[in-house]
Amino acid sequence: MDAISLLKELSEARGLSGFEGPVRDLVRETWNPHVDHLDEGRLGSLIGVKKGGGEEPRPRLMLAAHMDEVGLMVTGIEDGFLRVSRVGGTDRRVLLGLEVTVHGRRDLPGVVATRPPHVLPQGERKKTVPLEKIFVDVGLPEGEVEELVSIGDLIFIDRQMTELANRRVAGKALDDRACVAAISLALERLNKIDHAWDVVAVATVQEETGLKGALASAFGIAPDLAIALDVTFGEQPGADKFGTFPLGEGPAIGLGPNFHPGLVDRLKKVAEDREIPYHIDPIPGRSGTDAWAIQVSREGVPTALVSIPLRYMHQPVETLAVEDVERAGRLLAAFVADSEVGLLDEIAWKMGEGS
Amino acid sequence: MILRELSEAFGVSGNEDDVRSILLEAIQDHVDEVKIDALGNLLTVKRGAGDEPMRVMVAAHMDEIGLMIVDHDDKGMLKVQAVGGIDARLLPGTLLAVGPERTPGVIGVKPIHLTESGEMEKVAKIEDLVIDIGAKGKGEAQEAAPVGTYATFTTRYRELGPTVTGKAFDDRAGCAVLVELLRGECFDFDLHGVFTVQEEVGLRGARVAAYAIDPDCAFALEGTIADDIPKEKDESPTTELGKGPAITVMDRSFIADRRLVRLLTGTADELDIPHQFKQPGLGGTDAGVIHLAREGVPCATVSVPSRYIHSPVAMLNLEDFENTVRLMRSALGRLTRATLA
Repeated sequence: MDAISLLKELSEARGLSGFEGPVRDLVRETWNPHVDHLDEGRLGSLIGVKKGGGEEPRPRLMLAAHMDEVGLMVTGIEDGFLRVSRVGGTDRRVLLGLEVTVHGRRDLPGVVATRPPHVLPQGERKKTVPLEKIFVDVGLPEGEVEELVSIGDLIFIDRQMTELANRRVAGKALDDRACVAAISLALERLNKIDHAWDVVAVATVQEETGLKGALASAFGIAPDLAIALDVTFGEQPGADKFGTFPLGEGPAIGLGPNFHPGLVDRLKKVAEDREIPYHIDPIPGRSGTDAWAIQVSREGVPTALVSIPLRYMHQPVETLAVEDVERAGRLLAAFVADSEVGLLDEIAWKMGEGS
Repeated sequence: MILRELSEAFGVSGNEDDVRSILLEAIQDHVDEVKIDALGNLLTVKRGAGDEPMRVMVAAHMDEIGLMIVDHDDKGMLKVQAVGGIDARLLPGTLLAVGPERTPGVIGVKPIHLTESGEMEKVAKIEDLVIDIGAKGKGEAQEAAPVGTYATFTTRYRELGPTVTGKAFDDRAGCAVLVELLRGECFDFDLHGVFTVQEEVGLRGARVAAYAIDPDCAFALEGTIADDIPKEKDESPTTELGKGPAITVMDRSFIADRRLVRLLTGTADELDIPHQFKQPGLGGTDAGVIHLAREGVPCATVSVPSRYIHSPVAMLNLEDFENTVRLMRSALGRLTRATLA
């Protein structure tokens, strides 16, 4: 699979939190050749199982990345214009001038708009526009809009992924489709690699609205180990200090209470053995990723987080380095290849070894 | 529809070459004279069939608002300044084309997760925004987009039904109306169709074109503000979509010549062409300088109402567009020296 075309397809697919249908179909098609079977979780997460070569009962590794994206929903119709509310953490500062599709009785192209600056008092031009003053205009007569659109209809952002210099790409929903791509690349690699463990790849739903898909599917899968994949803050203007990472210098591995230290050490070792560059991302508490939900599923799951640095998060110009996605894919595949049947014992907390 | 091609063309003030080439190609077989002047205005003459000894100037501007690269930082980001009246509120999240190669670039802001709530209210100043083209350092950025390079939006023309969306309808809509006029039958008088440069940075092109042509009267064609959208208190919209061409009585740049306004409204009434008056006092057009050329030129402005001008994506109604062409063609058909008597 060519990473850039894969990213493009995934980025441009539609799939708001809670309504992931179209992107789920795309992921199903992408994973189908590389897994033994595919399932859909009760909340809609897509679950692909790739069997290992070890003796049954084999240990199970869960790889999770969320496929939902942020967007808008119709909350009212006024003079033929649509009032909207946010689905997930949509950034209202980037909404104006966006081209969108309203998923009404048929798909209606439209634009996100507000009153033009020419007619505003000077003070108001200097403030970002609150959501109450933002609406979607589908350019149709009032009567037709009332017929075709109803409250609760979804609004998807239309944005094609664009290739920038140095194999960097910019587009919408790369949070977290870039990680779905990384898992896809790992599954493809594993076709040619013997591995003992079962690998359960999950494209989760409703992460942006509260880690719902990860919570439900981790319960259903009951994995022995889990690695969640998400994006992290790329170094960018205005955010270039602590907690951000340069693009193109490898994925980050999370460190902190959300992550099992033995599993983290193993991930670091695999990366070092394969000469895959990585950063350490210290997260003192809540990680805000699927890892947070998976870790406390059932009796608890040793969990780790691999993340891809990304600029302009939750904006339709999310930017990342393709090589970081490829490296995350290689790291996952190598981790699976190196996971011996006894890995769990290897990393387990040792009695009487506390410091 | 030439509006599509014109809207998608790249033509920030001072860099109108692409738009001019499209227009030249579109009209050269339909006019008697074509000239490009010192500033880059495209001047055309369509000779009259009758003996009305009159020069009528009809102007539409080719340029659009955009950005200019003014510096580069160590991380390879492009620093920019506005060319014309760009709305800083809607730059974050846009995809831009940079320079003649149309190198793709994006403008992002600090992620919402890292932004404190007070900070969310503030519009980032254009000086504080940068374009990210993926360059890894200063040298690479300088090479890809040297200082002085122009950048603009990349919005594609899209049909929504009776309306269409696209960038730069201000004033490619006016240019498209003028193309239709030049492609049609000739009038009794000499029609001087002018596609001007640098309107957005101070009506620069129209000023010298009006001097050179020395017209008896003039019309500016615009894509103007339509704000027929919901608001908290009752404020009459500047213009409304679907209600026909907007005739200017007075704006910030000039007071329209009453005789020409009467010609326009009389023609519209007689032929049942829907039309509206633009709310007085807002905006300005090339007419602002044309009416001051030499000893003065009677002027009027007719506009295609456009929502969201100066943004990456404007919207106009195609019926308004057709009616603007009809109104202009019919009014010009009736225009004689006697109109101005």
